[in-house]
Amino acid sequence: MEHAVTHHAHDHHDHHEEHEQLKVLGFWIFLVTDCILFATLFATYVVLRTHTDGGPIGKEIFEVPGFVAETFILLTSSFTSGLATLAMHKGNVKGLIGWLIVTAALGLGFIGLEISEFANMVQEGATISRSAFLSAFFTLVGTHGLHVSVGLLWMIGLMVQLGRYGITTVTKRKITTISLYWHFLDVVWIFLFTVVYLMGVM
Amino acid sequence: MSQHEAHGSVKAYVIGFLLSIVLTIIPLLLVLNHMLSKGWLVFAIMLMAVLQFIIQLVFFMHIREGEGPKYNVMALILGIVIVFTIVAGSMWIMSFNG
Repeated sequence: MEHAVTHHAHDHHDHHEEHEQLKVLGFWIFLVTDCILFATLFATYVVLRTHTDGGPIGKEIFEVPGFVAETFILLTSSFTSGLATLAMHKGNVKGLIGWLIVTAALGLGFIGLEISEFANMVQEGATISRSAFLSAFFTLVGTHGLHVSVGLLWMIGLMVQLGRYGITTVTKRKITTISLYWHFLDVVWIFLFTVVYLMGVM
Repeated sequence: MSQHEAHGSVKAYVIGFLLSIVLTIIPLLLVLNHMLSKGWLVFAIMLMAVLQFIIQLVFFMHIREGEGPKYNVMALILGIVIVFTIVAGSMWIMSFNG
């Protein structure tokens, strides 16, 4: 009888963990659909990039030091979010929250640079309504920036939850998903860096 | 927590990070120094973007880990097929416009 009870408890624990793993799989599927969203925006950009209507072209408005800094900041934050999950698997709450703070600070720096980049463009007359190229550019890069901003708010919420509940099966799963999300945003940025910025200044 | 579940190591993350830095700097130098003809340049930087994508999948997102059927990999492959179809299809069909 006792054996049956412990067996049952064990089963219950497994079910709980299995359920959390299923949620991580669900999040992977969300990321794939988000890829498709970005694919439509990339396709639009690639088709419209030459339609500048006499307005500024990429070469004139993209600042190399700016987008290179954005690239390395986001890449580093992807790395530090990985270090956060490593700390989590070691049961190190302080390390986990510390690396999340570093990641969020880098994310904030990225968003700050992007906002100043956009503001400079608008000041030079390169607004979203100037040409089809700029409409596609601001929509594509802006959608990525919006994703990073949402990720920042989510990350702050998770830090509060970690402070309150510590590392549990549930908070573990939440950190796993936000870390996947953050790596995904860096992956999208690799293609923005290549297709928009590098090909733009070519 | 089952011990056969791996979550990467500091080493794996550092390797992924260093490879990503290299794969960012090479295309940057190629473009800024006009080192190749346009067609080859586009090919080279796209290739390095795809390589960096794979490196992040392996070293950061641990795509090779986990037990049981890899439904996440299957979803990802389907996603890549759709992404490729949308982007390449749009470029192809719109090439008849000019």
